[in-house]
Amino acid sequence: MIGLISYLIFFLILALSFGIAVLGLNLQWGYTGLFNAGVAGFIAIGGYTMAILTGPSRDAVLGGFEMPFVVGLIGAMIASGIGAYIVGLATLRLKGEYLAVATFGIAVSIQLVCLNWEYLTGGTLGLIGIPNPSKDLATGPLAQNAVYLGIVIVIGGIAFWALERIVKSPWGRMLKAIREDEGAAASLGKSPVRVRLESFILGCMLMGLAGALLTAFIGYISPSDFLPIVTFQIWTMLIVGGSANNRGALLGAVLVWGVWTSSGFVISKFIPAEIQAQGGALQAILIGLILVVTLLMRPRGLIGEEKHVSRHASL
Amino acid sequence: MFLQHVADGLLSGAVIGLGAIGLSFTMKILRFANFSHSELLTWGAYFGLIFFTIAASLGNVFDAPIGPLSFGWGMFVALIFSAVATSALALLLHKLVFEKLNRVAGHMTMVFASFGVALLLRHMVLLIFGPNPIYYSNELQFAVLLPGNVRVLPDQVFLLGLTIIVVFGLHLFMTRSRTGIAMRGVSENPDLSRVAGVNVSSIINWVWIIGASLASVAGVLYGLTVQLRPELGFGLILPLFAAAILGGAGSLYGAVIGGLIVGLSENLSVMIIPTTYKPAVPFLLILAILYFRPEGLFGERK
Repeated sequence: MIGLISYLIFFLILALSFGIAVLGLNLQWGYTGLFNAGVAGFIAIGGYTMAILTGPSRDAVLGGFEMPFVVGLIGAMIASGIGAYIVGLATLRLKGEYLAVATFGIAVSIQLVCLNWEYLTGGTLGLIGIPNPSKDLATGPLAQNAVYLGIVIVIGGIAFWALERIVKSPWGRMLKAIREDEGAAASLGKSPVRVRLESFILGCMLMGLAGALLTAFIGYISPSDFLPIVTFQIWTMLIVGGSANNRGALLGAVLVWGVWTSSGFVISKFIPAEIQAQGGALQAILIGLILVVTLLMRPRGLIGEEKHVSRHASL
Repeated sequence: MFLQHVADGLLSGAVIGLGAIGLSFTMKILRFANFSHSELLTWGAYFGLIFFTIAASLGNVFDAPIGPLSFGWGMFVALIFSAVATSALALLLHKLVFEKLNRVAGHMTMVFASFGVALLLRHMVLLIFGPNPIYYSNELQFAVLLPGNVRVLPDQVFLLGLTIIVVFGLHLFMTRSRTGIAMRGVSENPDLSRVAGVNVSSIINWVWIIGASLASVAGVLYGLTVQLRPELGFGLILPLFAAAILGGAGSLYGAVIGGLIVGLSENLSVMIIPTTYKPAVPFLLILAILYFRPEGLFGERK
């Protein structure tokens, strides 16, 4: 029983951390119609910022600031926000599919920097010894993980609440207006490029936040944590849950992460160690199938966008 | 060294150009950026491996290397059968996924579905053939020394020759055959072409067949001159997009020249930046072209 509970806590920490990234993607794709194919890159920026700001000093690698956890979180959001700003300036004038290609390229480039800029990222070896704040707050792994889950729930809850407010605000309605008809929105004096940039930055900051939470929990970061498969997972979570619905984003995160980990468990049990690479392929195929089948059978996702009509409108 | 980089750039550029033609056509005619196109190169290369192995077992004519090349006549059999098999795969994907989505969803959903399809295709190769690199043949080849101290392998000369023949053949097809002319019509204006009696859905099938066939040739040539890996196509996603966007969507020669530019820039970049950052070069090209001339070098300005 204890084993089950402790596993459940562990599972929820990861699923909800990813959920925060899905919320960010939901703001970009669900509400604004921005195709960000570089999610993994922005999660990586957040994760590495956390690792550098809070980690111990290392030989020949930038670090040793040993700052508090909260500074790491804020720093991660700022860093991925700045990254998003630079990227957004260059790409957000572009139409949908070019944006997809460009953001895909950004993720590839960020991955290259993670692999090769050893002074900043420790190269392929990555960075270790990143402090987990729950270690100071509780004793014993179970209690520590429970505390960390509490932290993730509080932060995720704040993000969820803020997004719900944001998308119902005038700014949020403007996002949807631009998503539906850019020309009409522009003719009403809105600046689509500017609003898209704001939405893109805010979404990427949430991805950075998710990366920071994951890194501090695992205590270790390396370029292999941010392969393009992560981008696929986040996207599948959003599509399965239902885009343009923040509840759907979180539901999708828990469901898809559940499928991913349980299929990984089954594969590691039943497939011999020599062909584990093929086992991993089966997992990825499963995610790809879920994604394509959802798009074909239930494009709205499990709980899709609710229809919002202004209470001033007469029907 | 400079000339060697130029030679290597032209060779990898030829493969990228061949692969990018199909991508460019899909972007123009089917109006979506197909992220799974590069996986057709991977599948083409592995289909080629299957048919090459079968052909080589049929007799010495197919197996014994032709002159200085590393392969026998079986390679030509493999090229043809692989093109057929890859086209069948592309048509299957079109029928099962893209055609349906095109009717019920927006075109960004198709872009997104192509992401999922790419993931599926890539990992199926990994599942079937395993993660290790494979080669078509283990024959040793002697490099030919060209003026300027440039070394090329006979297989690479074959690559360049075949690329020129294929592109020229496609040029004839697009300008002389009824299907080719109708295809250009559909790419300009699908509604008007339909009114003029063009069977648009059959033209769309042709786009897939041509794109997939060229992708399979490019995949086999890549496998021949580099190696076969499940990530073969994945590593080419950005170079292919860079070539197609550089050339301008829908432009045959644009895609080829775009491919050459991408190949040359990648290979010449190692003279300025560390080799490890080479994969970022196509991305920088994409950013530059989208910033300065989003319709591409040979595209039409709207």
